[in-house]
Amino acid sequence: MYDFKEVMSKPERLAPGHRMCAGCGGTVTVRTVLRALEEGDKAVIGNATGCLEVSSFMYPYTSYEDSYIHNAFENAGATLSGVETAYNVLKKKGKIKDTFKFITFGGDGGTYDIGFQSLSGAMERGHDMVYVCYDNGAYMNTGTQRSSATPQYADTTTTPAGKVSNGKIQVRKDLTAIIADHHVPYVGQSTFTTNFKDLYTKAQTAIYTPGPAFLNVLSPCPRGWGYEPSELMNICKMAVETCYWPLFEVVDGKWILSYEPKEKLPIEEFLRPQKRFKHLFKKGNEELLALFQAEVDKRWEELRERCR
Amino acid sequence: MIKIMAIRERLSGNEAVAYAIKQINPDVMPAFPITPSTEIPQYVANYIANGEIDTEFIHVESEHSAMSATVGASAAGARAVTATSSCGMALMWEELYVAASNRLPIVLALVNRALSGPININADHSDSMGARDSGWIQIYAESNQEVYDNFLQAYPIAENEKVHLPVMVCQDGFITSHGVENIYLVEDEKVKDFVGEYNPKHYLLNTEEKLAVGPYAVSCYYMETKRGQRQAMIEARQVILDVAARFEKMTGRKYGFFEEYQMEDAEYAVVLIGSAAGTCKAAIDHIRSTSGKKVGLIKIRVFRPFPEEELAKALSKVKAVAIMDRSEMFSATSGPLGAEVRAAMYQARCTADTVNYFYGLGGRDITVPDFEQVYDKLETLAETHTIMDMYTYIGLRDQQTKED
Repeated sequence: MYDFKEVMSKPERLAPGHRMCAGCGGTVTVRTVLRALEEGDKAVIGNATGCLEVSSFMYPYTSYEDSYIHNAFENAGATLSGVETAYNVLKKKGKIKDTFKFITFGGDGGTYDIGFQSLSGAMERGHDMVYVCYDNGAYMNTGTQRSSATPQYADTTTTPAGKVSNGKIQVRKDLTAIIADHHVPYVGQSTFTTNFKDLYTKAQTAIYTPGPAFLNVLSPCPRGWGYEPSELMNICKMAVETCYWPLFEVVDGKWILSYEPKEKLPIEEFLRPQKRFKHLFKKGNEELLALFQAEVDKRWEELRERCR
Repeated sequence: MIKIMAIRERLSGNEAVAYAIKQINPDVMPAFPITPSTEIPQYVANYIANGEIDTEFIHVESEHSAMSATVGASAAGARAVTATSSCGMALMWEELYVAASNRLPIVLALVNRALSGPININADHSDSMGARDSGWIQIYAESNQEVYDNFLQAYPIAENEKVHLPVMVCQDGFITSHGVENIYLVEDEKVKDFVGEYNPKHYLLNTEEKLAVGPYAVSCYYMETKRGQRQAMIEARQVILDVAARFEKMTGRKYGFFEEYQMEDAEYAVVLIGSAAGTCKAAIDHIRSTSGKKVGLIKIRVFRPFPEEELAKALSKVKAVAIMDRSEMFSATSGPLGAEVRAAMYQARCTADTVNYFYGLGGRDITVPDFEQVYDKLETLAETHTIMDMYTYIGLRDQQTKED
């Protein structure tokens, strides 16, 4: 049983004092996922280069209550593979008694793009680890450049909306499905809903399922998306209620929908509060909104089909 | 005289390194196939498959991931090893710097091969020379015996508290990696004692103490990190010699920063790295026994840290020196070894004339007559003090055609 109060009163494993922005989804993702660790269990936290890394481990201060390793941008998967393998050997040799869990965080740039190969390799090899992508849909650390996770039509600094441009041309890569197709034991897609139950329980399952697990967590970025920090939870809610970001999991190859809105809201509810989609609401761009909606509908139907 | 017991074998350089890995029994080996180093992980995989060692192999999907996982394993507290060549190491480039700055005592078995392009699988030093500024200790070998011996000495150097730096154990692709030679192996128990257990002080999986690795360090801290690495390189000098002395006690085989061959009375010297030393020694023997000219060789074993003072001292009495590079650095003045040796000589106010040669790029042969010509030209150089060309390629196709 999920007890919100009990979960929230567990000790924080990401200490305050880090330099992440107010209203940042990434930090919420990290705190919620780490809270899913059993209190007695030790962990090594990995991290791809990105906002999170430069803001939470700025020498000589670290926000992590656990051992932590940042290596580079594109190799969070491989780095934790090495740590996890070292654990197995040292445990076998009797040099370590405690139980360690391995969780690594990467943004969408470090996960969908430059770290894709490293992630794919780690998943395929079957390391007992959790890779968590905090997906904010662009390279936010360097100032909102488009990634393959950026939604179509988003205004980013490398796909700016302009006189002859409507923002990013391509649709987003569906990384959650791609990792599910690696046939790993557990894959979950989540974000923050009212009491964090969805993300918390998925994190718990991911951490305590033996073998590789992947979590893709929509983690909005107030600067890159252009919303008021206080709007964070609402944006996530709209992502789910419009079925832009459906909540689901793939357990041993079985696709399971975690939540189905009673009434699927129109995509405008998700897009309107974000400055990066402002141009879509200009007169004459109704067709773009319709195309966006059609893509969301198509993917939602595909997902429902898989979950049947 | 101590009686040295040893096992006589015939092994290729790759087999010799793999055998050393087997004897050391490291904890983790992430590796990716690339010619000509591929055999090393293959042999290790076989040892694992037959239950001969406890090493965990990570079948990474690239060399970048190979070094990334090696960094992860080493930071976690494991003794980690990997092997690669050429473009494989080029892909690791970023991680070489990460490994060194995190002060991780990793050992990399490098089988030197030319960098692309054009793609070429044969020996030259462009891979390791390009990485000479990455903060790794670099030890080179002339023969299979040397690469085996160097590998056994690598962990005691890397893991020394004063050093804590990664070590690259280099050998020439195909020439030694695939060439089979007679070799003396050290007994397993002796290797175990010599290399010792790895018990790091600070590591991720330490249950007594948490550790954070790989910070973002702004301008007020970054420079001190580099100075720390530099200090470790300085300390490494004595440690390398101490480990070599201990190795000599065990095997009777003597190692230093470089080997001097017929240098005692030499007037003309060659300085080079790696397997070409064998050919050069044959040329020296021939010259000395025929014309009696006083020619000698300095074969660099340790390129990082660079033995500046010792080398300048060894060259202080010669009339002319040919510094021979097996990799380009396109400075249009010299090669990496040329630049280092000349700097060392200048600093020590050596007066000998110098010339820089490039040879063996992409595996091109260098022969005894080539070396004889080098020594001939050194004699002219010492008389005229004039170099026509700051650096010359030996055995270049155009040149050959003209001379033919």
